[in-house]
Amino acid sequence: MTLRMSLGMRVALIVLASLTTLALVAPWLSPWTPDALDWENLATPPQWAHAHWLGTDRLGRDLFVRGMQGLRISLTLGLLATLVSVCIGVTWGAVAGYAGGRLDAAMMRFVDIVYALPYVFIVIILSTMLPRGSLAALFIAIGAVGWLTMARIVRGQTLSLRQREFVTAAIACGVRTPAIIWRHIVPNVATTVIAYATLTIPQVILFESFLSFLGLGVQEPIASLGSLINEGAQEMETSPWMLLVPAALLVTVLIALSVLGDTLREKRAHD
Amino acid sequence: MLAYTLRRIVGLVPTLFVLVTLAFFIIRLAPGGPFDQEQALTPAIRANLDAAYGLDQPLAVQYGRYLGALLRGDLGPSFRFKDFSVNELIAGGLPLSLTIGLAAALLAFLVGVPLGAWAAWHARSRAARLLMSLSLLGVVLPAFVVGPLLALVFGIYWPVFRVGGYEPGDPSFLVLPVITLALPVAAYVARLTRDSMSEVLTMNFVRTARAKGLAAHRVLLHHALRPALIPVVSYLGPAVAFVITGSLVVESVFGLPGSGRFLVQGAIDRDYPLVMGMILVYGVFTLVCNLVADLLYGWLDPRVRLT
Repeated sequence: MTLRMSLGMRVALIVLASLTTLALVAPWLSPWTPDALDWENLATPPQWAHAHWLGTDRLGRDLFVRGMQGLRISLTLGLLATLVSVCIGVTWGAVAGYAGGRLDAAMMRFVDIVYALPYVFIVIILSTMLPRGSLAALFIAIGAVGWLTMARIVRGQTLSLRQREFVTAAIACGVRTPAIIWRHIVPNVATTVIAYATLTIPQVILFESFLSFLGLGVQEPIASLGSLINEGAQEMETSPWMLLVPAALLVTVLIALSVLGDTLREKRAHD
Repeated sequence: MLAYTLRRIVGLVPTLFVLVTLAFFIIRLAPGGPFDQEQALTPAIRANLDAAYGLDQPLAVQYGRYLGALLRGDLGPSFRFKDFSVNELIAGGLPLSLTIGLAAALLAFLVGVPLGAWAAWHARSRAARLLMSLSLLGVVLPAFVVGPLLALVFGIYWPVFRVGGYEPGDPSFLVLPVITLALPVAAYVARLTRDSMSEVLTMNFVRTARAKGLAAHRVLLHHALRPALIPVVSYLGPAVAFVITGSLVVESVFGLPGSGRFLVQGAIDRDYPLVMGMILVYGVFTLVCNLVADLLYGWLDPRVRLT
């Protein structure tokens, strides 16, 4: 894979980098905290006075600060849950693909069954099981079901890698099986895994927002982009910015990540 | 073909069994029970309630009873909606959810496939490229963003359709929900069709068809479309799952009395039979759609051996 980047990819990277930076430094930029109530400015549209750059909500909380908090949560969750699903998926897929035979059949049969179960229901059940509003619980729930596709992809690649000379050579040299999987198989599937993981991050972010929108995700007073959109949707007749601000943030991040992931995947396909 | 279909239908049973079992135990692992309220019930009332719903029995007994009732088609009583059985609740909401979902899926495939095919045929044109960029936007935009925005623009600023205060039988309420649900699926279908169609268009039999002088629409419709539809059909199953997920959001955004709310509210209330019933009904839909997709697959591509 070359380092030459397309225009779309460059724009996506710049947008992502600046949004991430903004989200990280937001607490120092704005005089407001996410749970501070400004009684003088309830439900005000975006304005420079009082530093409510993106307006306030019905309780007078600053939308810029809350939006950035939501963005931080979305990005963190997206990265962590993807990491969890990559770890499980790569291990599962590589072991199944390398072992072959009955173990492979049993492991992939398990993936098939879980795959057939409606994904949303599992996450909804899991998220009601775990203490409400606990972020760690949320990302475990999402990450724990997100690894299935990864496992399939990795297994497919491992099946063909297993037949290659360098694996035979490693076996002949007496390298133990775990070491072969870890040092010879896993590095070879890394590029595919990275391309696919980039596409997993927006899916996770979308899912978290979806759960928060339904009231099953992040709980008050913490804001997530999904819960902000939910609150905004109820006020949109009188104060449309409450809906537009978090919606624009979420959509920008999702588009940037999807463009990035799509380009990476297409590059893989061409190589 | 018939034997294969039957075998596949029988094959659904173990998957459903796993689904029911997983859901039954996982949901009972969740902290809290259906009768936990802010004001605690007196122990005697609590014991009576538990006994009435069989919650005082060991889990294994409850599981056995549930399975037994399920075989008779009885999904049990709802814990929260007093005097309603889960069958009645779902029967009340499901027709509306199904109407929206099926209409959206149909609309998505009817719009997505022609757009994708057109974009593949005019691959070099600026309009086709613009269309494909727009389709990425359509794929990415979540229903809970599109829904409120559509309601804001077409329901409030420019009141073309009616939003809120649903009255049964007035299709004007259903237009925006169906569009919201269909949009991402249509965009994805368009992308899939474009990709597979442009691959098919490079194949020899297409070149032959064009070389012998067939009109463009005949080449597209009679030769290229069928093989190009294969990846689109395999998206049918995921699309239905997607529409089901979306219907939870859309029903909440547009205030429609479908069955989606039972799943979320039932999960929060720990209304075990209601959640189980919803998971079962929606699970069957997803599995059946996957099956239909597999069967269509064989019809579209005879090389796929149905063994």
